[in-house]
Amino acid sequence: MSDVKISYYDGTKSVKTIVDEEVPYPDGKLIVSRTDTFGNMTHFNQAFVDMSGYGEDELLGKSHYILRHPDMPAAAFADLWNTIKKGEKWKGYVKNLRKDGKYYWVYAVVVPNVRDGKIVGYASVRRKPSRTKINECVELYKTMLAEEQS
Amino acid sequence: MKFTMTVSPDFSPDHIAGWYVFNTWLQIQSEQSIHLELYNSFEKQREDIKADKIDLIYANPYDASMLIREKGFVAIASPFQKSDEAVICVNSESDYTCVEDLKPGCTVATADDPQVSTIGMIMLEPADLSSGNITVDEFKNYVMVAKNLISKKADAGFFLKEAYDDMSKFIKSQIRLIVSSQISIIRHTFLVSPNFLENSSLDEQGVRNLLNSMHETEKGASTLKSLGFEKWDNQDHEEAEFMIDLMDTLID
Repeated sequence: MSDVKISYYDGTKSVKTIVDEEVPYPDGKLIVSRTDTFGNMTHFNQAFVDMSGYGEDELLGKSHYILRHPDMPAAAFADLWNTIKKGEKWKGYVKNLRKDGKYYWVYAVVVPNVRDGKIVGYASVRRKPSRTKINECVELYKTMLAEEQS
Repeated sequence: MKFTMTVSPDFSPDHIAGWYVFNTWLQIQSEQSIHLELYNSFEKQREDIKADKIDLIYANPYDASMLIREKGFVAIASPFQKSDEAVICVNSESDYTCVEDLKPGCTVATADDPQVSTIGMIMLEPADLSSGNITVDEFKNYVMVAKNLISKKADAGFFLKEAYDDMSKFIKSQIRLIVSSQISIIRHTFLVSPNFLENSSLDEQGVRNLLNSMHETEKGASTLKSLGFEKWDNQDHEEAEFMIDLMDTLID
């Protein structure tokens, strides 16, 4: 267990307790959430609540980065935002941080909600990733993080 | 003017009579002449949708996306508390206990149901399986899928959960469920065409009122029971659009 300071894209920082223990992704479930155009959560399903470890009132209106794990490189999220702001679909493997400091891996797909030609928000659906892909990403993200911190 | 209604071909055979009863109920309530056309295959149904031969449809989420965004259909209602889920089964005598036990090169049996195939393939992803490293055999219906599992021609089979639940005890005793989706948010939807709204005496709200109050009368309630659900749940435009967005995340 260790305390780590995490810096977010909007300049805010927070200290999170990190526990090096993975919570397995439940078979067959999809984690669904929806945000406004700024990334603040407007809807989520029960699987999202269960896996995040937060209560519903702690999530509603909060930025999605509440789940950001310090092992995730900033470049991954920069790519996500650059892609969805263009109106395109983004896919990738993400290590998420739970409220209790543990983590879970997801395969995430994010799409813009386009209404009358305008992006009004984003929907994200996460599903269970393969262990092979997770292992590949562990190595890749380590390298990316090292480059960001050098 | 005569209109045509159809139902996604993945409906349970137990509900065929129910859809005819529903069609009669709808004709009486709406005072419109409506012909019910049922299809055995998704392909033939899609041909007729593309040819603008369909005016009302109880569509699976996969087809609802196309009907709303490409054909201008309007979503009216979905079955209350009834979502579309898929399951993966194996032969009951096999050694497979979870998806990760299935290996590249295995054979998967599926019915001609794009939505169930999509969810089924997603549930295979944790085992690093995709259409590129497995053999997918497609059959006309779920009984054929079960037969292929029982005869051990297929290692695993995809089923609409409702179809699996409705199978006989004899079939179920020979197959074993290894994973069931819990998606909850993807549902069949009753849609009406722009042609129906333009040329019938009912507007969109009129159709909504009919379906949303259907469970309040004895005849309506018994008809709904024969379709396998309790009542209709109103689905507004935004809910339908959001479901389409979610479907988009599931399709590569």
